[in-house]
Amino acid sequence: MSEEKQMVEGFESPINLKYSFAAGAATSKFLNEIKQGRIVGQRSDVTGFVSVPPRGACPMSGTPTTEEVRLPETGTVISYTIVHIPIPNAPVKPPFIVANIVLDECDQTFIHLVSECDNEKLAIGERVKAIWKDKAEWDLTLENIKYFVPTGEGAIDIAELKAKRLAETEKYRNA
Amino acid sequence: MRDVAIISYAQSPQLRDAGSKNDIEQVLDVTTVALADAQMTINDIDFVCSGSCDYLGGAAFAFVNAVDALGAVPSVVESHVEMDAAWALYEAWMKIQTGGADTALIYGFGKSSHSEMRLIPTLQLDPYYYTPLWPDTISIAAMQAQSLLDSGKYTKEDFAKVVVNSRKNAKSNPLAQLKGDVTVEQVLAEEQIVEPLSKSECCPVTDGASSLIMVTREIAEKMIAEGKIKGAAFINGLDHRIDAHGIGVRDITTSESCRIAGEKAGVNNGPVEVAEVYAPFAHQELIIKEALGLGDETVMSPSGGTLAGHAFMTHGLDCIGNVAKSIIAGDVKRGVAHATSGPCLQQNLVAVLSAEAGES
Repeated sequence: MSEEKQMVEGFESPINLKYSFAAGAATSKFLNEIKQGRIVGQRSDVTGFVSVPPRGACPMSGTPTTEEVRLPETGTVISYTIVHIPIPNAPVKPPFIVANIVLDECDQTFIHLVSECDNEKLAIGERVKAIWKDKAEWDLTLENIKYFVPTGEGAIDIAELKAKRLAETEKYRNA
Repeated sequence: MRDVAIISYAQSPQLRDAGSKNDIEQVLDVTTVALADAQMTINDIDFVCSGSCDYLGGAAFAFVNAVDALGAVPSVVESHVEMDAAWALYEAWMKIQTGGADTALIYGFGKSSHSEMRLIPTLQLDPYYYTPLWPDTISIAAMQAQSLLDSGKYTKEDFAKVVVNSRKNAKSNPLAQLKGDVTVEQVLAEEQIVEPLSKSECCPVTDGASSLIMVTREIAEKMIAEGKIKGAAFINGLDHRIDAHGIGVRDITTSESCRIAGEKAGVNNGPVEVAEVYAPFAHQELIIKEALGLGDETVMSPSGGTLAGHAFMTHGLDCIGNVAKSIIAGDVKRGVAHATSGPCLQQNLVAVLSAEAGES
């Protein structure tokens, strides 16, 4: 085949753009607190919903949130999966547990690792607590928490937990 | 056709840098005001549509975060355009025309200060032949300005007059970023940053958000009768057109798509008291004015226009909102708003707004 008849299937065209980033007032507060080893969320005065990490708005009502809430380091596994295949660039080796966790006194889950447990025995509703990295490594990131581990209390009924939280949020509603 | 009215509009101050505010906080500032001014809540809105650009924030699906500012519980009907929010308004207007909604909330936002703003629009060029050469947005516009000077239609003095007028008009706009008294001589004496354009002939980099509510005529009239809103600006004409992507295949000293959009929207079916036009570069206001067939009886960009503040991705909505605001306030009976997108005025949207519902 002559050269001019060859089909071009690709060429290099790199895009390099530099960005700065603003976390926003609410998330900045959260990140500064977590650098000090504290978890701080925000409560909506319209719905009572407590979100973490907070982004400045109640996702339920779309109204600004300003009230800060110091949250405990214990929570409940709402769902989880055991990962058996390696994730590119991830420091943890499979099999490992990725869980959707809701902290106590809070209404919004976040995703984190669960470790130091028998993978096969973990259950939805499992009570867990945060294990922090060495203080020297703390930075502006949720990764300051190395992972969560079961507290030993076992699993609770998450439907009951949801009902309890709903009753709790109602106390703060002034809409 | 269903008659549609703009009943509320809120715009953030045009700032060079909005500081630590994130997109959600920027959007909240304007949606809460637009809703409150119309005595509405998100539950009164049938359809939400927004405009933004993920390249501005440098994160894929960054616009989805902004839904937190809506309170999407229970779920809302929402859509997004990766375009200026003026096109989000167009989508919402279509939704109302088809009977899919009676009320709509539109918002747009952008933090241009966080990116290399001169290079972001380069990404909308032809990805094979243009973008790899990285022509920046000012250089592309400067070629257009040079062509315009060469055509003999306009001079550098004409460009400078646009700047002088913008700075002067912006003095009465508390939200404007750049304002003041400058003379043609001062503008002409400026250094040309990319020939033949000087810095003040280019729009500033601006952080901002804006939000607008529009409803059917029936709802607007009911709300006026109930005293909930002071007035309404009816969208009596709305059209948008696009030229070829490559700037080498069209005459960039004119804007055919702008001319047709203006004609279809019915710009000159009545007197045009004011025109808020989206002209990121001084010479483009002259091209748009000509394409829309506007005469000297029309006040051009009374807010100060794009040279006074350019909240990228929502400035087109600001042009519509500012005309609507002056109609709602009773200062203007009929005006024209224009929005553009793409290199050298490639896409153009034109809206004819009036205090009375009906044909444009």
